[in-house]
Amino acid sequence: MKIVVCVKQVPDTKGGVKFNPDGTLNRAAMLTIMNPDDKAGLEAALRLKDQYGAEVTVLTMGLPKADEVLREALAMGADKGILVTDRVLGGADTWATSTTLAGAIRNLEYDLVITGRQAIDGDTAQVGPQIAEHLGLPVISYAQDIKVEGDSVVVQRQYEDRYHELKVKMPCLITALSELNEPRYMTPGGIFDAYDKEVTVWGRADLKDVDDANLGLKGSPTKIAKASDKVPKGAGEMLAGDSPEELVNALVGKFKEKHII
Amino acid sequence: MGLEAYKGVFVFAQQVDNVLDGVAFELLGKGKDLAKDLNTDVTAVLIGSGVKGLVDELAEYGADKVIVVDDPELKDYRTEPYAHALASVINEYKPEIMLVGATAIGRDLGPTVSARVATGLTADCTVLEIGDFPINPVAGQEQKHNQLLMTRPAFGGNTIATIACPDNRPQMATVRPGVMQKIAPVKGAKAEVIEYNPGFTPNNRYVEILNVVKAVKNTANIMDAKVLVSGGRGVGSKENFKMLEELAEVLGGTVSCSRAAVENGWLPVDLQVGQTGKTVRPQIYFAIGISGAIQHVSGMEDSDLIIAINKDEAAPIFDVADYGLVGDLNKIVPALTKALKAEMEA
Repeated sequence: MKIVVCVKQVPDTKGGVKFNPDGTLNRAAMLTIMNPDDKAGLEAALRLKDQYGAEVTVLTMGLPKADEVLREALAMGADKGILVTDRVLGGADTWATSTTLAGAIRNLEYDLVITGRQAIDGDTAQVGPQIAEHLGLPVISYAQDIKVEGDSVVVQRQYEDRYHELKVKMPCLITALSELNEPRYMTPGGIFDAYDKEVTVWGRADLKDVDDANLGLKGSPTKIAKASDKVPKGAGEMLAGDSPEELVNALVGKFKEKHII
Repeated sequence: MGLEAYKGVFVFAQQVDNVLDGVAFELLGKGKDLAKDLNTDVTAVLIGSGVKGLVDELAEYGADKVIVVDDPELKDYRTEPYAHALASVINEYKPEIMLVGATAIGRDLGPTVSARVATGLTADCTVLEIGDFPINPVAGQEQKHNQLLMTRPAFGGNTIATIACPDNRPQMATVRPGVMQKIAPVKGAKAEVIEYNPGFTPNNRYVEILNVVKAVKNTANIMDAKVLVSGGRGVGSKENFKMLEELAEVLGGTVSCSRAAVENGWLPVDLQVGQTGKTVRPQIYFAIGISGAIQHVSGMEDSDLIIAINKDEAAPIFDVADYGLVGDLNKIVPALTKALKAEMEA
């Protein structure tokens, strides 16, 4: 079985958010990580590898620095890494990103393509289903459990108040939830090996069956009209009181003042 | 492609088990505003099996027209037949704007359909308005009028981006549930009904549903609650949530929580507020033992009144709270419950 896992390098929102003096996000000053949902997708692929034997290829699109997440994936146990990087691919929205990744995946053999549900920087959850659409694959998003049965996968697909147990023949695309599993750690030996392994670097010329009109900033139907920091709501009033009772009385007083009670 | 051929505001009227989702009414409410600005009307797209009976309800909430795609293949949600249905409706009726609720269904359907009809899609919008793109004229660039400007939080809610889709149609957006306002239903309102069926032929992309497992949870919908008593990591244990339940009970409210409480297994995920949970706007929101990470705050900051109880006076939750109480929640919460009970009974 051959599995392609798409991963994204994202700023670590848990590490705190840094801003430039002009108010834009200072991405360079923030730590980067492998996107959590993608890491769950990678772990799911590695478990399928442990169980059934599979070749796991990790694919990312980004700046040359995104090589780091591929090394991490290799150290966790992935077999191959592919970095798609080219200046003409920059500034892509989800349409152009999914077009690019689909163009890369067309060069590969696969039974299963796995992506994360959503990346924590863009929060769109669009790229996985759009890759499936470009490749003509069935998509099962929001996977909380993945099993292989013969030439099919059986997946629990989560909704707000239920889950569906779905079965579909491979090849197909699955988007993984970070709740799916607890990703394994890299091993020290794995880290050494990961840096000995070769990461394949592809550019625009290596993408199969894609039109320049659908790539990068120019190929993005959506355009940013305005971006700004969120204006924080003004802080309210800290209630005074030396004991819980005094604090509570102060709050109850406010409630009465506002006719809440 | 002649963009001027695309007319009207369409909303996807999500139903599950032949019950319309609240977000369908919210989209109709917003759709009416947008349609007014564009001097056009609002069409609900109703997709399912045996769903014709839901048409009048959509009319009462503001739909001028309802396009019904009714087929046995559409009984339970599956990406392929639903995407085929919605994409076919778009290709046939050419809407200018297509809105979809950002539910677990909508966030699957939206991107699939947008890729199929080759247009842009903005995710999880919180503000939609009609305006110019570029917003301010730029020398050498045509400024297009009557564009859908879609505003959404990104980067875990730290930034706000306004996005346009000037050269492709329809302009598609998924919209966060709980953010737009539904109109007061107009009893007896009727809509023009258009039945359309593009035909469904199963192919390799039709998944097989082996099982539908409904979560047997008897929890109130936190998006409709007027008072939410929300707890986070600081609550410390599942048992301690009992205190929060007692406070909620006095105020006729509901308990909700942060992601940390879900991860610790204290409460189920359908009670989670925040970026990966639900967006809520109650009249009163108690944030108890919640530090106030941006991912949480983005789901509750529009509450009318926010009260934070936390032992750490530097917790970021106090930046959005109307009233802050610094202290031990194990003492404050029971004392508050007791005091409020006494007030209510007085």
